[in-house]
Amino acid sequence: MQIPTELETKMDEVITHYPVSKRSAVLPLLHLIQHHFRFISDEAVNWVAAKLGLEPIQVLEVVTFYPGFRQTAPGKFHIRVCRTLSCAMAGGYELMESLCKAGNIDRSHVDHHHPIAISTDGKYSIEFAECLASCGFGPVCMVEDDFHESVKPESAAELLQKYL
Amino acid sequence: MSTTIPYKPGKEPHAREHRLIFRNVDRADYDPSIDCYIRNGGYVQLKKALGMERQAIIDEVKKSGLRGRGGAGFPTGVKWGFIPPTNTKPVYLICNADESEPGTFKDRYIMHQDPHQLVEGMIISCFAVKAQLAYIYIREEFPEAAIILEKALAEARAKGYLGKNVGGTAYDLEIYVHRGAGAYICGEETGLIESLEGKRPYPRIKPPYFPAALGLYMSPTIVNNVESLCHVKHILEMGSEAYAKLGTPNNTGTRILCVSGDVQKPGYFEVQVGHVTMGEVINDLCGGLKPGRKLKAIIPGGSSAKVLRADEKFKLKDGRELGIMDIPMDFDTMAACGTMAGSGGVIIMDDSRSMSWVINNLNQFYAHESCGQCTPCREGSLWMKKISDRIVAGTASPSDVDELLRVANNIEGKTICAFGEACSWPTQSFVKKFRDEMIGDTKPELESKIVNPETVLAAANLV
Ligand SMILES: Cc1cc2nc3c(=O)[nH]c(=O)nc-3n(C[C@H](O)[C@H](O)[C@H](O)COP(=O)(O)O)c2cc1C
Ligand code: SF4
Ligand code: FES
Repeated sequence: MQIPTELETKMDEVITHYPVSKRSAVLPLLHLIQHHFRFISDEAVNWVAAKLGLEPIQVLEVVTFYPGFRQTAPGKFHIRVCRTLSCAMAGGYELMESLCKAGNIDRSHVDHHHPIAISTDGKYSIEFAECLASCGFGPVCMVEDDFHESVKPESAAELLQKYL
Repeated sequence: MSTTIPYKPGKEPHAREHRLIFRNVDRADYDPSIDCYIRNGGYVQLKKALGMERQAIIDEVKKSGLRGRGGAGFPTGVKWGFIPPTNTKPVYLICNADESEPGTFKDRYIMHQDPHQLVEGMIISCFAVKAQLAYIYIREEFPEAAIILEKALAEARAKGYLGKNVGGTAYDLEIYVHRGAGAYICGEETGLIESLEGKRPYPRIKPPYFPAALGLYMSPTIVNNVESLCHVKHILEMGSEAYAKLGTPNNTGTRILCVSGDVQKPGYFEVQVGHVTMGEVINDLCGGLKPGRKLKAIIPGGSSAKVLRADEKFKLKDGRELGIMDIPMDFDTMAACGTMAGSGGVIIMDDSRSMSWVINNLNQFYAHESCGQCTPCREGSLWMKKISDRIVAGTASPSDVDELLRVANNIEGKTICAFGEACSWPTQSFVKKFRDEMIGDTKPELESKIVNPETVLAAANLV
């Protein structure tokens, strides 16, 4: 694992946001790592721990707790579909189904500890997310950092066309 | 005032709205830059605040009657007053931008479209409580808002409103954006603080860990919701007396209602607290129910608020008798009706919805989001999900419905943080109010026969 200089410079800047305790920089550093490498490897955990003067377990326990951190690589485009009540009433589960169909993703093996499913060609990965705070305009989903609201299940294929 | 503002077509505020916080949301002629904000009178209140005594600002907020918009409705000025007067440690302020209570979607628009309103409200609040370091804790699923806020903070710094010598005074302040990582419990203020310290967001027990006394890095810390901090600016602008005239006594000001579910036009509406009723929300603001449908149930204040059934009647202590459509949207009447105004998230359900399915969806949310520290919550939330899974699948027995309620009753009041209540109130209220329907989804023939152990043992010649 090679941390590029610009990435480390960014990290050094972020660490200055926490003058009282460097440990506070665990989440922001993990975000930068995940953004760059797409997931957080064991090596990265050790690297962040060394960088912040922590035990590796203090970083690993953070990685394993938060649903926003991944320990394995997702697809080229990672999709999150809101599962919670207002979206579910508006068709969130149907949206998940049609996205899986359009993207060739098999979700039959997902469970609490492995919530992400990846398409056979590796282009898309998908998981359910809990309420994304746009409940009036469901069903909603995120593709990477892009937010999409009122996504009709019928238009799933069209949405994926934007991500090739 | 709002009549002179051009809004984007189709996004005009409803005539019943009273926009303070959302004045610039969906405006056709507005952008999130500091120049636009200043052109519209921005940062004038900050300059005023910097010339005031700190205590005078706190007193103004107290007199305004502002109650927190994050969920609990706690008076903001009173909270600020909880910082121990003898304190010698640094004070921190945290803006809670986790916006993760299902049904709530308001802080998002403030941060996206009018970030400087929040920044100005925060700087004034930090000055009042003497905080010199503050964070905006924003949920990870708002990546765009995080970028917008960082830009806004940089702009404010460049204008001298942040950093050394704020507004040319001797006061120094830094504010940073801190992103969460997809966990609901980070919205709970002590879980948020743990998360900001770089740990798992395990909430802390109160007492002793009231943030205003022992918060971030064990120092006094004020945690306020995005919308609450924005109100501070308007309180200074209007004066506490004029502000307190908005709304109703003890339920002052405006608040943003977020309506989702089975209505014609769901959306967000800023109204004077208590000035519209539930019926007006549904029929006026949201254009009524879908054609041919009847109202069945309402969750009035975020998914953790107890559900209301369409035909319920409430007899209040002051003699008022209210049907569900007559309830004014305020903190106190909602509480008197046995639920809460909470985060302002109103979820409407019509007669096409199965209540077993609805509670199962919410139970899945809570089972996923329990932090796992307390046994009743960790185990109970999962059992509530599993039992309601069975009810929805048609593989439950009638007594499972009571078992579901029993599990919920064994969580409430027995946990470290209010998530315990948040996850048991929905189940308690749904089972209480829709028991027959839920039992109708079960199968009596699946009832397990109660067997006396002695009979079994005797049959095997063991006694
Ligand atoms: C489980 C749980 C989740 C919460 N989530 C949020 C949230 O997403 N946003 C928020 O502002 N407050 C949330 N709160 C309330 C906060 O703990 C805290 O009371 C609030 O941020 C204080 O701000 P206020 O006084 O301005 O309302 C949550 C509370 C609990 C118990
Ligand atoms: S009540 Fe639940 S969420 Fe809160 S601390 Fe206990 S286990 Fe965690
Ligand atoms: S329920 Fe999907 S955004 Fe809130």
